[in-house]
Amino acid sequence: MQLFNKLFQAIDQTTSTNAKVNALVDYFHEASTGDILWSIYLLMGKSSGRVIKTALLRQAAYKLSALPTWLFEESYHIVGDLAETIALCLPPPQHTKLYTLSQTMTFLASFSALPDDEKEQTIINRWMEIPASERFLFNKLITGNFRVGVSKQLVIKALAIKYNKTANELAHRLMGNWHPHQTNLEKLILEDILSEKSFEPYPFFLAYQLEGAPEGLGDINEWYVERKFDGIRGQIIVRNEEIFIWSRGEDLLTDKFPEFHPLKHSLPHGTVLDGEILPFKEDEILPFAVMQTRIGRKLLSKKILASAPLVMICYDLLEYKGTDIRDRPLSERRKLLKQLVDGLVVNTSLMLSAPVPCSSWDEVRKAREEARAYKCEGVMLKRKNSIYETGRRRGSWWKWKVDPFTIDGVLVYGQRGHGRRANLYTDYTFAVWDNNELVPFAKAYSGLTDKEILEVDNWIKKNTIDKFGPVRTVTPTLVFELAFEGISASPRHKSGIALRFPRILRWRRDKIADQANTKQDLLKMLDSKGDK
Amino acid sequence: MLTFDNKGIYCARADLYIDPWLPVNKAIITHAHADHAHKGNKHYLCHTDTAPLLKLRLGNDISIETLNYGEQITINGISISLHPAGHIIGSSQVRLSYKDEVWVVSGDYKLQDDGLSTAFEPLKCQHFITESTFGLPIYHFPKPAIVKQELHEWIQKNNEQAVNSLLVGYSLGKAQRIIEMASALDMPIYAHGAIVNIQQQLINAGHKLYPVQYASFDLIKTLKPPYLLVLPPSAIGSPWLKKFNPYEIAFFSGWMQLRGARRRRNVARGFVLSDHADWNQLNSAVLSTNAENIYVTHGYKSIFAKWLREEHKLNAVEVETLYEDDLLMREDTDAAL
Ligand SMILES: [Zn+2]
Ligand SMILES: [Zn+2]
Repeated sequence: MQLFNKLFQAIDQTTSTNAKVNALVDYFHEASTGDILWSIYLLMGKSSGRVIKTALLRQAAYKLSALPTWLFEESYHIVGDLAETIALCLPPPQHTKLYTLSQTMTFLASFSALPDDEKEQTIINRWMEIPASERFLFNKLITGNFRVGVSKQLVIKALAIKYNKTANELAHRLMGNWHPHQTNLEKLILEDILSEKSFEPYPFFLAYQLEGAPEGLGDINEWYVERKFDGIRGQIIVRNEEIFIWSRGEDLLTDKFPEFHPLKHSLPHGTVLDGEILPFKEDEILPFAVMQTRIGRKLLSKKILASAPLVMICYDLLEYKGTDIRDRPLSERRKLLKQLVDGLVVNTSLMLSAPVPCSSWDEVRKAREEARAYKCEGVMLKRKNSIYETGRRRGSWWKWKVDPFTIDGVLVYGQRGHGRRANLYTDYTFAVWDNNELVPFAKAYSGLTDKEILEVDNWIKKNTIDKFGPVRTVTPTLVFELAFEGISASPRHKSGIALRFPRILRWRRDKIADQANTKQDLLKMLDSKGDK
Repeated sequence: MLTFDNKGIYCARADLYIDPWLPVNKAIITHAHADHAHKGNKHYLCHTDTAPLLKLRLGNDISIETLNYGEQITINGISISLHPAGHIIGSSQVRLSYKDEVWVVSGDYKLQDDGLSTAFEPLKCQHFITESTFGLPIYHFPKPAIVKQELHEWIQKNNEQAVNSLLVGYSLGKAQRIIEMASALDMPIYAHGAIVNIQQQLINAGHKLYPVQYASFDLIKTLKPPYLLVLPPSAIGSPWLKKFNPYEIAFFSGWMQLRGARRRRNVARGFVLSDHADWNQLNSAVLSTNAENIYVTHGYKSIFAKWLREEHKLNAVEVETLYEDDLLMREDTDAAL
């Protein structure tokens, strides 16, 4: 694992994309094909799988580190990462063996099959024979949590350099479900055939948030304006009377979405739709939370299917009658898409994303501002003649989300952070007033500058009125402005509401606790949004 | 003999404080870091090598008395002497004895030899006041020689790509070590004004240190990459960093042992180089005193005190001081020195 560890360190220790690509290319030159295959798998964010229960891993770590449990756990709390804590607490190895990445992955596979009572000693032995510098990486692999700071696009770029292929082809080849046990580098990257991979989605084209005025985009007549729906971005693929549904995260979700299955008979062979999958009932989009609950279920009962039926709001057509049409202009793709959807005799699951007619940028502004009334996050701007590109790009597609909701809350609890916030009180709970009582309504972690974090941390330590485990109750004094993307009613929360993506916008040093918002203010937002 | 009050560590019999954070009449200063050397005291007592640094920080007009290591004075029956703490140049442990009772206030210390400050001297006592900045078993600092080698490799890699190397560390203590390590490469070293001032003050006081040049923007404009530049922590994230493009930046601190701390600092490269004691050093320092009573200040004091009680059966308590918990913050604000 020496080479892979070297690659990991190199990527981890620079922010320069060039340096990262160079390190990857170097690695692909030096490593064996078996190791390269595994490295691609891991670098593309696919998990090695957890082969040991956390409790067991901890036991082994207590034993080998010879630390009292409480001290190990205190350390873990400050480090915030179990793999790292273990790597830091273990004694130096006795003799070092050099295993390759493939050997390590083979070890993990056989390790996972061991009975629990043999796992402890096996892992202790392994820890003691691998170099100390590789233990962190090893622990990440064994817990299935390996992650490193490269995007898929960078990995693909480096592979494209090494194997002299286009990035698009490689993106296509590396999409979807493949596993090093079932393929090899030759098949995955080098071989000249693609045809049997009929289930493969196309790489998604993603938009950046528009910054600055839309006028900079030129003539409004060259643009489509669409609503930006808040669901799951997906591709529906129909080939040979089979259907595949992929999410943007490249999860194959076909089984979770039975309502689309009839399409495999009604759509022509070689159809790929791009759109937003949403829960939709009685002519209304349901809150995103409904979708989340449904996705979380292992078994889909009739009741769930009836309470959260899904549709896809289609906005693009990538393949038409077996032909890849991504490089035709959007206007043409949309025309074909409309024909296709309108031509369905029975259609309960596909809708078209209708362009919002706008003849000036001011009308676009208006459309954006009223997005929430349509349960949307904002608008999408797409150049009418744009081709369907790969990955996140600037230029021909933009998203323009509405400004978030904001509210002023009082800091009531602080909790020590994990990981990147080791040793500081950085996890905050905020409350609003309900008559004379403060009701907690949101937790937020991010949004302050490093300096502010230190200052708040210091303040919390000096103004603690109660300690409960890792949580400190503080004198309600500090006021922060919070932003969030959505709000919905939630009987599970004391405040009666749940927020989507709450974060700290700024510290309101100009306000005292009495001036924070009230629960009433929150409920008003709920009403204005129309959710029940 | 010593008590902890709202101004600092107090010796009633001699009527003096050690590292007080509020103004007092007589203050013994263990070392010239901001969290230990506060302004406003009437009289200061410190090690000879600390005096010029104290003047640089607090002004030339303060009233200072100095002692060399091992030199003893007596105040109202209490014998007081300073002993090397190995933390930074001039840093001292304060030993106070009265009849059979011996107390040692260690200030900040480390057992690793940094080649600049006088090496830590273990002292026997009954009462030992220790810091606990890195008092967790996750902290095991590499040997400085290894860090030096890694640093050289990193700089050379940057040099090959014609990229500047920006080296960031606390201006008093860490910066001098960084400069000494980097000086072996025989490249000119540029530095932030605060670091130049300290370096110059130490050279004037007779320390044999590598001279650095003030990196004014006018000078920087004329330089071709790659060059070396030493900066205080406050430089990270500052908009004028882009004047040094193209660059790679590295931060030097014991905190760099944790990936999370590195991210929080927003630097990609961290070198684990500390002027504090790591876990093993803290343990061996405490045990080598033979002291029964341990008072734990700054850092993970409750954890370290509990460990000393349970593992070593010592009478260890945590002490509230104002140096506590805010070391990260101090390091940042101190760049103004
Ligand atoms: Zn210090
Ligand atoms: Zn200190």
